[in-house]
Amino acid sequence: MSLLHLAILSPLLLAIAIPLLHKYFRQIHTGWFVLPLPIVLFTYFLQYISLTRDGSSIIKTIAWIPSLDINFSAKIDGLGLLFALLITGIGSLVVLYSIYYLSKDKEKLNTFYVYMLLFMGAMLGVVLSDNLIVLYTFWELTSFSSFLLIGYWYHREESRYGAQKSMLITVFGGLAMLGGFLLLYIMTGTFSITEMIGRSGEIFTHSLFVPALLCILLGAFTKSAQFPFHIWLPDAMEAPTPVSAYLHSATMVKAGIYVVARFSPIFAEHSLWLWLVAGVGIVTLFWGSFSAVKQTDLKAILAFSTVSQLGMIMSLLGVGAAAIHFEELDNSYFTVAVTAAVFHLINHATFKGSLFMVVGIIDHETGTRDIRRLGGLINLMPISFTLALVGAFSMAGLPPFNGFLSKEMFFTGMLRVMEMNIFKLDTWSALFPIIAWIGSIFTFVYSMIIVFKTFAGKYQPEKLDRKPHEAPLGMLIPPLVLASLVIIFGVLPNILSETLIAPAMTSILPGLAFDVRISFWHGPTPELFMTLGVVILGTILYLTLAKWQSVYGLLPDKLALNRLYDKGLEKAQYGSFRLTSTYMNGYIRTYLVYIFAFFTIVVGTTLFVKNAFAIDASDVSPIRFYEAILVLVVAISAVSILFAKSRLTSIIVLGAIGYTVSLLFVVFRAPDLALTQLVIETVSVSLFLLCFYHLPEISRTEERIRFKLTNAVISIGVGAIVTMIALSAHSTKLFESIAEYYVENTYEEAAGKNMVNVILVDFRGFDTMFEITVLGIAALGIFTMIKLRLARRKEG
Amino acid sequence: MEILMAFVIGILFMSATYLMLSKSLLRIIIGTGLLSHGAHLLLLTMGGLKRGAPPLLGEHAETYTDPIPQALILTAIVISFGVTAFFLVLAYRAYQELGTDNMERLRGTERHE
Repeated sequence: MSLLHLAILSPLLLAIAIPLLHKYFRQIHTGWFVLPLPIVLFTYFLQYISLTRDGSSIIKTIAWIPSLDINFSAKIDGLGLLFALLITGIGSLVVLYSIYYLSKDKEKLNTFYVYMLLFMGAMLGVVLSDNLIVLYTFWELTSFSSFLLIGYWYHREESRYGAQKSMLITVFGGLAMLGGFLLLYIMTGTFSITEMIGRSGEIFTHSLFVPALLCILLGAFTKSAQFPFHIWLPDAMEAPTPVSAYLHSATMVKAGIYVVARFSPIFAEHSLWLWLVAGVGIVTLFWGSFSAVKQTDLKAILAFSTVSQLGMIMSLLGVGAAAIHFEELDNSYFTVAVTAAVFHLINHATFKGSLFMVVGIIDHETGTRDIRRLGGLINLMPISFTLALVGAFSMAGLPPFNGFLSKEMFFTGMLRVMEMNIFKLDTWSALFPIIAWIGSIFTFVYSMIIVFKTFAGKYQPEKLDRKPHEAPLGMLIPPLVLASLVIIFGVLPNILSETLIAPAMTSILPGLAFDVRISFWHGPTPELFMTLGVVILGTILYLTLAKWQSVYGLLPDKLALNRLYDKGLEKAQYGSFRLTSTYMNGYIRTYLVYIFAFFTIVVGTTLFVKNAFAIDASDVSPIRFYEAILVLVVAISAVSILFAKSRLTSIIVLGAIGYTVSLLFVVFRAPDLALTQLVIETVSVSLFLLCFYHLPEISRTEERIRFKLTNAVISIGVGAIVTMIALSAHSTKLFESIAEYYVENTYEEAAGKNMVNVILVDFRGFDTMFEITVLGIAALGIFTMIKLRLARRKEG
Repeated sequence: MEILMAFVIGILFMSATYLMLSKSLLRIIIGTGLLSHGAHLLLLTMGGLKRGAPPLLGEHAETYTDPIPQALILTAIVISFGVTAFFLVLAYRAYQELGTDNMERLRGTERHE
């Protein structure tokens, strides 16, 4: 086990120790024990920058299930390192924030930090695994720990609903992704991502290529809350705010982005990849930003904003991946979209994390997150206001913050799509910049709502539960750090370009040359005018918000995706209940009908399909007169039982059949059988009579069995099938009987002359032993049934 | 003879099935009795009927009937007797405790509506 493996697993190991630490150091907030770990990990991962800078990577492998090609290979390359730094960096800040956010006395901190560490370890595993199965294992662990964290306040109905919803959707996608991984394995024979990328050419021509692509994208889209699977994310806001900040803005929702980026070298060759990733991303961008404007809960706005920003990154990845078709072009002409994606990925983590933390502070200090009750907090909480301002302006794409730069590059990338002339892009490509632009206008509007509806306007103390004041310093440090990063990355973007962005791009677009210098001012370009348009139109829309907000009422409630989800879930549950109660009706007769009908149909079809039915009369014994009589008696009695008027008649007729069968045994030369059959039939009939005699009075109304057509059809079918099987089996003799051995050796080996008895006690004595056991058990069972009467004793 | 037997066995199975699909518990057990008769005769028939003397070496015959199916049937008879006896007493106890032998009324636990 290398240090790298230890780094990935260390959060899980610490998670084991947390309950103990919580128990024995009650006076210290448990978060302090957690805090050092992500900081140490962050510094540990920082040292790898020098390694990935020049595009190289390392893989460390330990065997897990080598026989199945499943090994825990940890790989550090540009992309993995970028995510690992995000996870540990934001993780440290979130843990620090949560120490001040969660009360030591009121909350169950041990479970919270166990879940949190579980998530951190899982997320590190996802981004640093080179083996698909290991990646999938960690992937499900993130879904699972996210489920636990969303349902942290499990006594709340909404938390449980949100947790269940996110679990169902992300696990649905996760399973689809597992399917995609297995398809990839079938195509390549390896689970190693690195090896797969090396063989992307042969995958591309494989017939399973498109199914694998769709399955993996389904997993990525559900996890990263892409349209229409984004519905779980707003409901996941029931989680504590540190969780929302960490999982649902900076890390887990980017796992899907990571997968798309990671598999770009394999799939990006195909037009479907471009269209799906870019198309779904741009739709998500628009829908998320459009929906965010109508929300009144600050966290809901941020949730939809996250959806929208993830859509933006997704569309950039899709568009940027198409650059591999234009290798001969200028270095950064089309790859600028990928640069923008990676850059915005970092930017989004910084400003969204800080915004969530600010919202958490507001919630903490005022007791509400509803923008209709908030307002005028600017003088009471000046630091929070500044932080929100920085975050929101960066999100809206305003200079001098980092969001401005990535937004400009986003427009550049989208505008350049129009110049691509592949995959029918020439017809539809103009839609990309237009939708992107409209989406950005709405982004501007909700960013302004977050800042100004909360901090500006009229202060309404009567609507607030508490007297608001500025948050404690510890709570402000993490968003302060993030906000300063927003400004630093905004002013000095190039400290990232060589260290993080370029190595990450090397992983996404291997073999392509590019130039990632980000210039702050690039002249009066179309992008600049687009941003100007966004600001002007966004301001107008924000100021006239009350006038046009009714537009959101236009969408019928029935078509809302949440309603579809709820209805679908309800219908699925109700439908399966209905289905089960239709065929599982509790009547034994129905079940017997199923069994017999199944038997008839399956055996009948097999006979028919295999053309197995045969009659061969060459090897039959002659029919003699009294045998025929006996057989006729059996047949007639068997049928007459059905028409017997009383049960006594049926019992007697059954006895008659039994005795006739024993006579048949006599004529067919089976003396032992005849003896046994005679005795046993006598005992059985007496038992039947015993039962008959003890019938309770009420049921004595003796009536003939009622005729039912289905019963008749099924029983005739069963009889016919059995006859056909008997005939066919008798007519096809494949080999001689082994009876000759017994005839020869009964006396020689076993010193007996009765062959049947010798077989029973000597050659095949085991059967007899267990047959005796059966009788013993039956006798004991009967004795117990009669003697043991617990229910009655209880009554008495 | 074997062909005739095949039809008789078919009739036994048919009657047994019909009885097992009926409402009365006693008739269902009668059905199982018929079914075991059918199965035993089927075993015997499939082994070939009357290919010689009874399987007793004292007969000094040229050929004997196949002893293996007979041994199998003997085992089957005893086992089906044990099971039938158990079922019958179960039915008898069910009458005593539940006061009905109507399978339509003997349904499982309450449905969760």
